[in-house]
Formats: sequence, C-alpha cells, structure tokens
Amino acid sequence: MNRRNFIQQAGLGVGALMGASVPIVGNAVPLERLLEPGVDVAIKKRMADIALNAARSRGATYTDVRIGRYLQQFLFTREKQVQTITNAESYGVGIRVIANGTWGFSATSDVTPDGIAKCAETAVAIAKANSKIQNEPVQLAPQKGVGEVTWKTPLTKNAFEIPVQQKVDLLMKVNNAALDNGAAFVTSNLFFINEQKYFASTDGSYIDQDVHRIWPTFTVTAVDRAAGKFKTRDALSSPMGMGYEYLDGLASEKIPGPNGLVGYRNSYDMVEDATLAAKQAKEKMTAKSVEAGKYDLVLDPNHLGLTIHESVGHPLELDRVLGYEANYAGTSFATLDKWQSKNFKYGSPIVNIVADKTQVGSLGAVGYDDEGVPAKEWNLIKDGILVNYQAIRDQVAIIGEKESHGCCYADNWDSVQFQRMPNVSLKPSAEKRSVQDMIKGVDKGIYIIGRGSFSIDQQRYNFQFGGQLFYEIKNGQIVGMLDDVAYQANTLEFWNSCAQLCDKDDYRTFGSFFDGKGQPSQVSAVSHGSPTTRFNGVNVINTRRKI
Amino acid sequence: MATILTEAEAKALLTKVLSYSKADECEVNLSGDIRGNIRYARNAVSTSGSRANQNLVVQSAFGKKVGTATIDEFDDASLEKVVRRAEELARLAPENPEWVGILGPQTYLKSNGYFESTAKLTAEDRAEAVAKSLELTRTQNLTAAGFLEDVNGYQAMMNSKGLFAYYPSTNINFSLTVRTDDGKGSGYVAKGFSDASKLDTAAATRIAAQKAAASASAQALEPGKYTVILEPTAGAVLMEQLFFSMDARSADEGRSFLSKPGGKTKLGEKIVDPRVTIYSDPTNPELPASPWAGDGQPQQRINWIEKGIVKNMAYSRYWAQKQGKKPVPFPNNVMMAGGTASLEDMIKSTQRGILVTKLWYIREVDPQTLLYTGLTRDGTFYIENGKIKHAVKNFRFNESPVIMLNNLETLGRPERVVSTESDGNYLIPPMKIREFTFSSLSDAV
Repeated sequence: MNRRNFIQQAGLGVGALMGASVPIVGNAVPLERLLEPGVDVAIKKRMADIALNAARSRGATYTDVRIGRYLQQFLFTREKQVQTITNAESYGVGIRVIANGTWGFSATSDVTPDGIAKCAETAVAIAKANSKIQNEPVQLAPQKGVGEVTWKTPLTKNAFEIPVQQKVDLLMKVNNAALDNGAAFVTSNLFFINEQKYFASTDGSYIDQDVHRIWPTFTVTAVDRAAGKFKTRDALSSPMGMGYEYLDGLASEKIPGPNGLVGYRNSYDMVEDATLAAKQAKEKMTAKSVEAGKYDLVLDPNHLGLTIHESVGHPLELDRVLGYEANYAGTSFATLDKWQSKNFKYGSPIVNIVADKTQVGSLGAVGYDDEGVPAKEWNLIKDGILVNYQAIRDQVAIIGEKESHGCCYADNWDSVQFQRMPNVSLKPSAEKRSVQDMIKGVDKGIYIIGRGSFSIDQQRYNFQFGGQLFYEIKNGQIVGMLDDVAYQANTLEFWNSCAQLCDKDDYRTFGSFFDGKGQPSQVSAVSHGSPTTRFNGVNVINTRRKI
Repeated sequence: MATILTEAEAKALLTKVLSYSKADECEVNLSGDIRGNIRYARNAVSTSGSRANQNLVVQSAFGKKVGTATIDEFDDASLEKVVRRAEELARLAPENPEWVGILGPQTYLKSNGYFESTAKLTAEDRAEAVAKSLELTRTQNLTAAGFLEDVNGYQAMMNSKGLFAYYPSTNINFSLTVRTDDGKGSGYVAKGFSDASKLDTAAATRIAAQKAAASASAQALEPGKYTVILEPTAGAVLMEQLFFSMDARSADEGRSFLSKPGGKTKLGEKIVDPRVTIYSDPTNPELPASPWAGDGQPQQRINWIEKGIVKNMAYSRYWAQKQGKKPVPFPNNVMMAGGTASLEDMIKSTQRGILVTKLWYIREVDPQTLLYTGLTRDGTFYIENGKIKHAVKNFRFNESPVIMLNNLETLGRPERVVSTESDGNYLIPPMKIREFTFSSLSDAV
C-alpha cells in the first residue's frame, strides 16, 4: 500500500495503520467534479511542449512529460449502513529527463507555463546532481514517435456516470443477501478508478489515454458466539479493466462449477455471490480440518491467478533480476544465466505463460505504456522453458533486445514511472476439458477456490498460499468441504508438477488491484488469466492452532 | 502559503475557517508535510525526489447528518467554499447512527517529536548520507540497495466547541540491503529516528555489510521447532500484528483473537507470559508521538497488555458509548517493555538455537489464532553452546505472536526499530523464544 497517501488521509501514527489499507490518491472532491471533462488535449500539448523545450534548453538529452488527472471513487459499507464514500481527484505533471546520462524526475501540481518550466529545470538539476555518484550512463532503447494518438478502455457504462444511490442500493442488496443467508457481519466495497493520462516525449509522441478500472468486493463473516469461532468468505469477483457493465451479472458469463459453485468470467453477479458466500462461511464452521500431506491440487482461476502473480509475474521482472528492488521486494531466482541457457525448465511442457498489455477487459490493457511504447504481447515461458522477462526502455539492451516490452507505469503524475508487471497469464489447453472432467481423474486431491493468505520469499522460491474455499476430492469425486488448508511449495517444483489444464471455456482472469512495489511504494493493477489447472503431489499443511 | 505552519498560523487559519460555519457542529483538520527521499541500488542512485502536501478537511454536522469536504487551496474564497460544501453534503447525507458529536476543549500531554536537524535536510544532505554508505560497499565487493526518506510535517485541528490541537513532528527512516557480489550473502539494517542527527549511515552500512559477509555459505538445517533469538527488527513485524488487533469492537463482535466462547472477551485475562508488557506513551523521548488522536481525544500512557494480562482494548467513541465503556483511541506509538540482557548475553546463554535478524512477507493465515506466516531473510545464524557457529538457509515460519509470547525465555533491552512491513517505528526488545515453528526451507538469499 502507498503509505504516503494513506497517511495524508488518516493522520500520522500507529493508529492510522490499524484501519483501512486502501491507498487514496489525491484530494477529496465533490461528486460532479468527477464528471467534468479534463483539460483540452490541445492545451495539454502546449503544456507538454513547454516542458520538453525547457528541459532541452537546460541540457536534457531525453524528456518525457506526463500530464495526469487521476480520479477515484471508493464506497465502503458494513451491514445496513454506508461507512464512507470517497471521491478524489489528483491533477498535475511529472517530468522525467536524462541529463549527463542520468535520470532526473520532478513533479508539480502547478500546471501553468511557469510551473511546468520550473519543474523541468528541477528535473534536469536532480539528474545532474545524481550523475556525480553514478556508475554508468542510462541506455534508453529507441522508440519511434507515434504522433498524436488516443486510446480509451473499451466500456459501455462509465462507472463515474452511474448515480451514487444506485451503487449504494447495490451494496445494500449485497449486504442484505449475506445477512439473510446466515452471515453475522458483512462489509462490501466498490472501487472505481479513471486515469486520464497525457504523455509526450522528445521522440515525437503525444498520447492521450482514458483508462478505467473497477473492483467490486466484499467479506462475509459467520460467527458462532457459543463456540467462540468465526469464519470469513471473500468475494470471488475479479477487478477488471472495464466499466460498470461488469456488474450486470450476465448469465452467459457464468460458468457453473461442481457443488453449486459459480465462476464469473467478464460479468459479475455480486448479490448471487454474497448469497453463496454467507452459506459457505457457515459451512466452513463445521468443515473437516485437513490432514497434512501430499495432495493433487485442482486450482480455480480465481485462486491460481495469485500464485501466477507471485511465482511467475514477480520473479520475471527484469529490474528485480538485476537487483534494483533488492532492498524491498527482493531479487529473483530466475537469473540471466538461466534464461541464456535456453533450456531452463521453469515448468512442465504444458506450461505456456504469456505477458501482455492488450487483453480486452484486463487491468493491464492500455494503448501505450507510461514511456510511450505501444502495448504488446510476448512469451515468458514457452513449453515449460524460460524464454523472456518483463523489461522497459532502459533495460532491454541487457537482454539483447532493441525494443521495450511496454510495461512502464507510474501510479500518479507525481510518481516516477518504472517497470511494472504486465498481465501474466497461463494459456488454456487446446484439448476440450471442463473442471468436472479434471476432478474425475483425481484420486486424492483438494479443489481450491479464491484468494487467501499468500507469502513468498524474496527470490521467489518458497511460497505458501491459502484460499477461500477448499473441497476434498476422493476417487474422482468431491466429498466435502475442508478447513485449515495451506499449501507450501518451491516455485520450480510446483510448476514442473503442472499436470493438466482445462480449456478456453473455463479461462478467466484474476486481478490484483493494489499491487505494491518500489520505494516510496507505488501501486499498480494487473490481471492474470488461467484455466482451472491441476498440480500433482503438492505439500499441504494444517494451519489450525490453539491459543 | 508555507507548507509548514506554526502553531499561531495554524490557529489563525482554523479560526477563520470555523467563522464560516453555519452547521450545528464543525471540526477542521489541517496538515502539511514535506518529504524528501533518495533510493539507490546496484551501488548507484536510482531515483530521488521530494514532495510537499497540505490538506484541510472540514467536517460539518446537522444532528446526526454529517458531511466532509477537503481542499488544498487556502485563499478566503476557497476556505468558505469548502465549508459550504461540507454543509451541503451533510444536509444530503443519511443520518449516521454511529455519529457521537465532537469533543470540547481537551488537555494534552507535552511531547517533542520535532527536530530541526531533520526539518532542514536538503537533497545534498541525502546524497551525502548515501555517498557514505556507497563508499563502504563499493570498496568491499559488496552491492548496496537502500532507501532514505525524511518527513517534516505538522497536524492541527480546531472545532466549534473550542477544541484546538497542534503537533509538529519529523522523522527519518533509512533501510539498506547489502549483498555479496557473488549473491551468496545478504545483510540488512533499518534505522528510524525523529532526530536525523542520530542517523549514521556509515555505521548502519557496516552492520548490513557484516551480516552480508557472515551469511554467505549458509548451511541447511531441518525445519522444525527451534529456540530462536529474534532481533528487534525481526520481532517488530510479528508484534505489530498483535498491536493492530487490539480493537474492542471486533472482540465484542466475536471475530477477534480476543473473543472468547460464550460471547465474552479476554479483557482482564492473562494471554501471554507475565514478563510481557505492551504500552503506549506519546511522551517517550525515544519514540515521541502526537499526544492527540485524529478526533481530538488525548493520548495517555496506557498499558494494552500488562504483565501478560489484557488491560485495555481500543474503543471508538461510538462503541464505548454503546458498551458503556470509556473511549480509548488507537495509539500513535507502541512499545514493549524489556529486560536487561544484551543480545550477546542472550546468545551466550543459548545451547542450541537460531538467531533471526529479519522476518519478511508476513501474512495472516488465521485471524482466530493470530497465526502468521513469513520467512527469515538477510542473515539467519545457527547458535551452539553460546556461540554463533554458522549461517543457515532461510526458513518459512507459521507462528502466532500469542503462542510465541507464551514460549518466552528472555527479553533484552528495547530499541527503536522500523517495521519492514509497515514502516512503523516501535520500541521492541530482542526476544528469546522456545519452540518457534519453522515449517519449511527456502533457497532464497
């Protein structure tokens, strides 16, 4: 989470850390302000040119300018009441330069010709100051200017245009569904984000983008006061790069699963999921405690997405591999020599993992990244072999490529852009296979659904994951619910135990809406698509304790 | 307008804002801060920057209808506009059943958390502090990645019942990971101070460098239950999970580790070893904090856990009123009392054990038992017959701070540490714990 912005909202101190964990960027504004159009693109171009010229005249050899208007609307409710509605707007300009072969960055909310020129000068001064303790000059991969272009998230309902009352009514319906079906408590939230980003660089690009994201979610709690026990079940939604239409709950986008479970593809039925959640939270109360040991795991896309994120997405970030994140997120086991060998077996031969910034409806989808590179798709793991990383303009030379992968991102105009994870997704099987077909083939296994506890070491070898729902599989049949389940594995052993994939009809995306990286920490949003997938012989531990 | 206002300036501005109010109740929070940072990796600076923020929040209430509006412009017209806006939102809002109104004037303890040495830091000072660190690693076949961030800020509030509060503070956090160039050893250090003159980046770098060198060529030990010595940096990330979970409402609602069968809570019960005392004190000179909470309640010295017994839980004003209790705000700082043993003494008295210098990637596994998982990182060592024998490979653990504090052997002298998870600063002693549960091995360095 972005502590700086959080502190702005909540005040300094430990108390501040004990409440919410949602980063708010910008200042709270009246609702109608969110519907006002941003500054005209011709004005933004003029402003950008002031920055480009000011930096050049001070000695910058490269400059990019991001004029950004970032809008957020967050709704928080519990049981029968609305807790908070936040409308926030943040507007300003971030200028990044190369001078004396060194990066410099400065940002200002003073978006006037004077403010912008001063900001550009500061960026150049910082670059020159830091160049004195620099080892080697920045090598920036060339990027042909794309001229004046625009891109917009494909959507049919702009969430910011939907009345707040309609959103509150939906959340109250969700809460009532949970309470009516046995929940003791329920919290539900809606998150809407709109990035209106204008990018210009000395390469000759002037890119205007309008990016939308949505995340509906809830937590249902069942309590047995007499026994002093409680269990929760979180929403099985996915954050998406979509508009409010994601909440239409279209029947055509539902995938019926075993045991009355429902998978949601590109449309989410929040009330239905809350109803199921309340019943399942109660069922968890009496679920059998798992016996520790080796199991074949059948992992739902809404669960597997996070495992992909942590054990494939992060270790293949080239900045981590090179050591730029050593002090915080860590480095990576997937070192350059392994990639150079061309035969490093990351996974079994059925494992094909792609990176992209193009998938429609995904969180990562954009027209261009935050250094003006067009969005694309590329392979990370092909037939189980490590074939590439995620790299940006000042890194691709290291892996012998001439063009950036286009995955540079800053979470606000006042944050400096750096390498962030694109969508990283596991390809489905070409062979026809449903979840039910897959379960039939498992003798001793656990079917896991939903995002739970997650933890992985700083080089991404050893991980432990929980989930929301666990079902015991015996001799090809689901025999009941399990509790206290977590699995531990080594990334390479895990992906090499990947035994079977469902087909494209089961493929869905999972998303991480507030993925943290960097110092000061920045958030980003990223999707991970996959079909339900089987992994053989994974170590499962029992997490029940007595205090 | 300056980003950092003096007490008199803040008072004048807040008085002006309140003069525009027509609501039954009005409360205004004002804050400003200037932050500077520098980041380095691969023995070179990667990014640096600074940012100034200021913010004014107006909360207006008509009966139980409450509206809030925020602004970062401070001319008279903007100030009046933000008050009108809050009142407009309040009139439109549904009644908030949990609204308990604003407080009258309060008396606060004296706490000094502002240091000129920190407030006056410049980009050059930061670069120089980093240069001192880089000098050491560049000449020793070591690779440094670090981050230094300082903040100079203030908070103030005033309301229509006459409450006024002001608190200026400064802080500097420095963290550094030093790795051996062959990638086999890694060491870490983190330091947090209110007074930047106490930060010695060269001395800190020597600690991380020593751990990096000593942790190279680590040997694998079988996972299992071990006696561990947790250095304060390691202990802090588990202890803060307990600090964060002292909320009375969750306990009363039956969904906390402090809930009990039958619907009661563990308030007044012994839950950990009697040597454990966890408290807050805004006036502590080592870890000064604001003597008032965000809603104007005074922060007092308070024991959360005293001699192993749950003495206090945090009650919001609403929940306290509903339960017929005294409100207790969440604290602005937390410390754990310790003993007199030094870390060296604790190692000397250990027959067989593991010295853990840092824990990382802490995530909740079960909120019912406060079970957490995570890993050791950046220097883990095997102790035999009172001496460090060799470095060991990293472990994953699954452990609850409650279970851990029941298996307490020794507490050392508390010191100020920075949480590697939350950046929070605490006073935490080194702790020797028996039967700490390591559940698997990690190859990570």
